[in-house]
Amino acid sequence: MNWDWEKLQQRQKERSRTNGSGTGGSGPRPPQVDDIINKFKNFKFSGVWILIVVALLVLLAGSTMVYTVQTNEVGVIQRFGEFSKTTQSGLHFKLPAGIEKVTKVKTKRVYTEEFGLKADELSDSRSFGVSNDEIEVAMMLTGDLNVGLVPWIVQYRIKDPYNYLFKVADVRQLIRDMAEASMRLVVGDRSINEVISKRQEIAVAASVRLQKDLNEAETGIEIVTVELGNTNVPEPVQDSFNEVNRAVQQKEEVIYNARKDYNQVIPSARGQAEKTIETAKGYAINRINQAEGDAARFLSRYEAYMEAKDVTRRRLYLEMMENVLPELGNKYIVDSQQDNLLPLLNLGLKKGVPNAGQ
Amino acid sequence: MQANKYIAIVVVLIIAGFVFLSSAYTVDETEQVVVTQFGRVIGDPVTEPGLKFLIPFIQQANYFPSNIQAWDGQPGQIPTLDKTYIWVDTFSRWRIVDPVAFLRTVTDTQSALGRLDDIINPAVRNVVTSHELIETVRNSNREMTTLDQEELDDVKSEAIKEVVEETEEEDRRQYKIKVGRATLTKMMLDEAQPKLEKFGIEIIDVKIKRVNYVKGVRNSVYDRMIAERKQMAEKIRSIGQGEARKIEGDKERDLLEIQSGAYRKAEQIKGEADAKATKIYARAFEKDAEFYTFLQSLEVYQNSLEGTDLVLSTDSEFLRYLNDFKSDSE
Repeated sequence: MNWDWEKLQQRQKERSRTNGSGTGGSGPRPPQVDDIINKFKNFKFSGVWILIVVALLVLLAGSTMVYTVQTNEVGVIQRFGEFSKTTQSGLHFKLPAGIEKVTKVKTKRVYTEEFGLKADELSDSRSFGVSNDEIEVAMMLTGDLNVGLVPWIVQYRIKDPYNYLFKVADVRQLIRDMAEASMRLVVGDRSINEVISKRQEIAVAASVRLQKDLNEAETGIEIVTVELGNTNVPEPVQDSFNEVNRAVQQKEEVIYNARKDYNQVIPSARGQAEKTIETAKGYAINRINQAEGDAARFLSRYEAYMEAKDVTRRRLYLEMMENVLPELGNKYIVDSQQDNLLPLLNLGLKKGVPNAGQ
Repeated sequence: MQANKYIAIVVVLIIAGFVFLSSAYTVDETEQVVVTQFGRVIGDPVTEPGLKFLIPFIQQANYFPSNIQAWDGQPGQIPTLDKTYIWVDTFSRWRIVDPVAFLRTVTDTQSALGRLDDIINPAVRNVVTSHELIETVRNSNREMTTLDQEELDDVKSEAIKEVVEETEEEDRRQYKIKVGRATLTKMMLDEAQPKLEKFGIEIIDVKIKRVNYVKGVRNSVYDRMIAERKQMAEKIRSIGQGEARKIEGDKERDLLEIQSGAYRKAEQIKGEADAKATKIYARAFEKDAEFYTFLQSLEVYQNSLEGTDLVLSTDSEFLRYLNDFKSDSE
């Protein structure tokens, strides 16, 4: 073992001598002042080394002087931490790292934040395993002190990179907090019915509110859209809400039936009324025509009668007698000289037998 | 000797560079700096971003954020004035307005958050506890409709509309607020802000992120919601019934109106026709009433004497010629 150790030291010495300045400090032996002086001597004599180091430095600095900005982003340049300019998409140069710093902000990209959407799925499939927090996000008190589940998303983009980067720390968290606050503010002023049936209106109101808050906070954020998922009530209450829906159906049905009944009866009654009126009109025409006919007949006869009054009277009388006599029952002709005719007639027998035509 | 001179220059340059670098510091747009010398504050705080200098080794730059910071409240159970336990989660935005005071009292952001906890949380609690629940929930007295407008559009009956509107009015009264959430959060801010001034901290706002019933209260709230819904279902059903009754009533009324209208019109037409006929008869017959009577009598005899026994005297005009053939005039 001893000879090994000696050999090793020997070799080490040789290596450090041949390597020169390059890896001088890496040996197990601590660097000596002599070595450092030697190193500088070597530096001085070989200008090649200086050139290489300078080239490396230039290359290093140069690589931090070029940057590209993609089409959906802008570059924000800070010189010694101070904002100097923004650059649009393309290849750009800047001063090397340590002096100028570039931060790329995706201004065209639309970011999406979701709020309680999983709670929505939960109430649909009634599955478990969704964290309680998800439901807490969507759960809100309404203006009539009911509890509603309102899941929603907020889409936004970075409109002002300067404000976005420098005015507020952790903008994303602020957007989330503000979105929740503004949504609850809007929902808090609405009844549970409105929360369930007027989603669009709520989304618009929340979006306006949120944008106003974010502008005041100078976040540089522009809300693209706020959209509500399926608004609902907590599961234990859903049945009773369905009952209201059923009641609405029933209400509609009852009204429908009443209308149907009305529609069955009234048009038919109107027809009947028309008929009654038309019949009356028929009666009127009939009556007047008859009257006019009778009148015309009378007038014609009257005119004829006026020409020969006496003869016509007689004729008419006799014609009547001619018609009547055959139809009569027993006919008795009594002489005007006869005083008592009752025994002959035997009228007593006919008493109590009306309409005796034998 | 020449070599040593070069070495000395290089060493001096390196040292000079080192001193220069350690005396320069940059302040970012989101930062502000307080320069201290052995713990003592030197000059005004540096709030403008850019490249700055100080005396190396002796002076020290203490960095603080200059942008708006977030504080997230610990959600907690708070009873309201009407003894409902609710879960209130707040957040706040704050910034360091006096970095020197901040450095002296709280030193860093982490402990600042602790101070904010100690001050804002109780402020939130005080304000919520001294108001009714509705004041925390609502922000304005915006009119709410508890029944769908569509449900009411169906309803034609004015009486039903009135009843529904009355109950809605009742609801509105019940959920009317005196101050509202915006004022409440303002009160929280006003209560907390003065206590934070000595820390060099300004709170920009306090906002309520979430308000919910605590778990224990939820079930009874659900029960109330269910009861309310049942009541509403009944209301809707009875609106339906009422509306149907109204339609039935309309039907009866329309039916009677139609029928009686038709009767009236028919009788009127008939009467007019009768009157007209009478006039026509009268106009014709009045030319010779005696002749009309004569004719009519003859007609009546023909039609009504069938089967009757008749006693005729030979005196009568008709049988005059039965005894005698002589003319009257002779």
